[in-house]
Amino acid sequence: MDPELALLVNAIISGLLLGSLYAAAAAGLAISFGMLDIVNIAHPALVVLGAFAVVVVSGGLGLDPLLSAVLLAPGFWLLGAGIYTAYHHFFERRGDQALHGLAFFFGVMFIIEVGLVMVFGADQRYVDPSYASITYYFGDIDLPLRMLVPGASALATIGALALYLRTTFTGRAIAAVAQDPEALRLLAIDPVRIKRFAFGISVALAGLAGGALVVVQPIDPWSGHVFIGRVFAIVIMGGMASLSGCVLAALAFGVAENVTAAFYGPSWSPAVAFGALLLVLAFRPQGLFGRAA
Amino acid sequence: MTKITRRSLGQLTAATGLAAASGIRPAAAQAPSGPPLRIGYSMSLSGGLAGNGRPALATHRIWADDVNARGGLLGRPVELVHYDDQSNGAQVPGIYTKLIDVDKVDLVVSGYATAIIAPAMPIVMQRGMTIVTLLGTGVNHEFRYDRHFNICPVGSQVKETFAKGFFDIAMAMDPKPRTIAIAALDSDFPQRTAESARFLARQHGLRVVYDRSYPPGTVDFSPIMRSIQAARPDLVYIGSYPPDSVGLLRSASELRMSARMFGGAMIGPQISALKAQLGPILNNLVTWDVYAPEPTMQFPGVESLLRRYREVAAREQTDALGLYVPPLAYSQMQVLEQAVKRVGRIDQAALAADMHANAFDTVIGPLTFDALGEWTEERNLYVQYQGVTDGNLERFARPGTQVILYPPRYKSGELRGPYGASAT
Repeated sequence: MDPELALLVNAIISGLLLGSLYAAAAAGLAISFGMLDIVNIAHPALVVLGAFAVVVVSGGLGLDPLLSAVLLAPGFWLLGAGIYTAYHHFFERRGDQALHGLAFFFGVMFIIEVGLVMVFGADQRYVDPSYASITYYFGDIDLPLRMLVPGASALATIGALALYLRTTFTGRAIAAVAQDPEALRLLAIDPVRIKRFAFGISVALAGLAGGALVVVQPIDPWSGHVFIGRVFAIVIMGGMASLSGCVLAALAFGVAENVTAAFYGPSWSPAVAFGALLLVLAFRPQGLFGRAA
Repeated sequence: MTKITRRSLGQLTAATGLAAASGIRPAAAQAPSGPPLRIGYSMSLSGGLAGNGRPALATHRIWADDVNARGGLLGRPVELVHYDDQSNGAQVPGIYTKLIDVDKVDLVVSGYATAIIAPAMPIVMQRGMTIVTLLGTGVNHEFRYDRHFNICPVGSQVKETFAKGFFDIAMAMDPKPRTIAIAALDSDFPQRTAESARFLARQHGLRVVYDRSYPPGTVDFSPIMRSIQAARPDLVYIGSYPPDSVGLLRSASELRMSARMFGGAMIGPQISALKAQLGPILNNLVTWDVYAPEPTMQFPGVESLLRRYREVAAREQTDALGLYVPPLAYSQMQVLEQAVKRVGRIDQAALAADMHANAFDTVIGPLTFDALGEWTEERNLYVQYQGVTDGNLERFARPGTQVILYPPRYKSGELRGPYGASAT
């Protein structure tokens, strides 16, 4: 294969794999921020918390990190439900969610980070599943399982979640609560209960994303900072309440970053990726899959 | 008159046991008395620099225990007064203002790294304090403060000497290399090291076939490695910080990247957790370092320090081996201790004059400082990882794994090549 073409194809493939990781990190936020209108700035910190929990469980029980993340998901759901209960009680119920709620989630983020330092120290942690050192080669194209396995698992999880939201009563109620909570009451559905359930799902997704993250790279308590800007940009670019839009935007982000890095230098990657966000917002203010107001 | 109680006897016994365990002769020690001599500083105990800040603090505590067991400084017990700067330079001026104006500390030192040292300098200079800093790079080039002394092997001529070891080793290969790729993080230290690499590449007539920077927060390093691979350089010089170093080295391994020499100023492999994680991927990497447990660097006291540090590290979950920051952090305090003892009083001008005029015996060997407070003689180590078969840290604590190739006076082995798929 022509070297330039091989560089391009590899950049696109690695960009799709990177985008899958971004999708994993952003999917939970698409629910909390996109559907529930909760600016959960602590979402990346919850992803890192999930990654640390996976390190403990995977190391202690000798389990695969992604399987460990699945086993931890109910615990993270409970954590999410607890956080939402506190958020609703102290802020949302009083109508203080805009600024005070944002400060609350900043606080949650700092508590998670400092708590992780106190428990685990400041050093990087990692897991080393056997497949992480395997790379498949197809001529000039390479596919490292370190990126492929977590990326594919993330897309499968998001696909299953999208199916759930589309086909079940609770799933539709979650979609509805984003649009008109009062209308839900007319159907005898408690919007607070639905939002608590949905926020629990978003935090469970953060835990699953933590499992994917720790396979891809070592983590420290502040690893989430890298993702804050990206995940919010992806959710906005995808159209806020759309999981498929979130995945598409994440993949576009990953491909834009890696193709730019390969051909024009990595310094330009964030500029091009966030420039793409500005372009999308200029021509489709509602995002790729959002509905115009 | 002090009454001897069972408790004080117990404390004395414990202190004697501690001193005996650390190889100190308790017979020579007289218990320190009077108001404590307070040494103030900011230290990164959280945030991105904490991985090295916490080992530095643990080492300072070992030093304080040692010096107090020896009778304190000027007969007074030493007390460390430190605040967490959260790895945020913006916190540092406030911390030093409080330390000097409110806490009234007698002496100041710095926390770890350029990003923390530089914001402390204006406050320290305004108050006329002498400061001994830890692993800054070129901080005093701008300030030109005559009471600044830096514990860092880089020296004053960063551009001319930082990458010299890497190029000296490379240019001794037969046949001589002709091309080089340079990649560095968009951050102060990595960019300074890349500047040195560019300068020396020109000096040696090497053709630069790739020269790019990457931004902080880069997650996937495979595009960078592929682009370097496509340029087919003989040498690869990288300036990176720990998270990037892991990503770059893993990508290089996944892409079966090979070069006659690969490495540079990669911060990361010096840290125990990363040694364990990367394991055999490190084989044949030639990278900058400050200390390696090779026979040529067994200075008096360093082995005892590392043994005691590792006991503390296991309890406090800091860097397990302590080969990077702890020997330098202990030396930082030894310089202060020896200057205070020679001067015999707390006099900032006299302390600075003493530090400029005299040599210091430390656990990292003898040190002298130039007019800018940098080491008179640069001592950038370039080590090569050899014979790594797994992530077992015991191997890295023994000689023969991080072989010193430069400088010649500490050389402990020969270069192996190439880096990459065929490395063992």
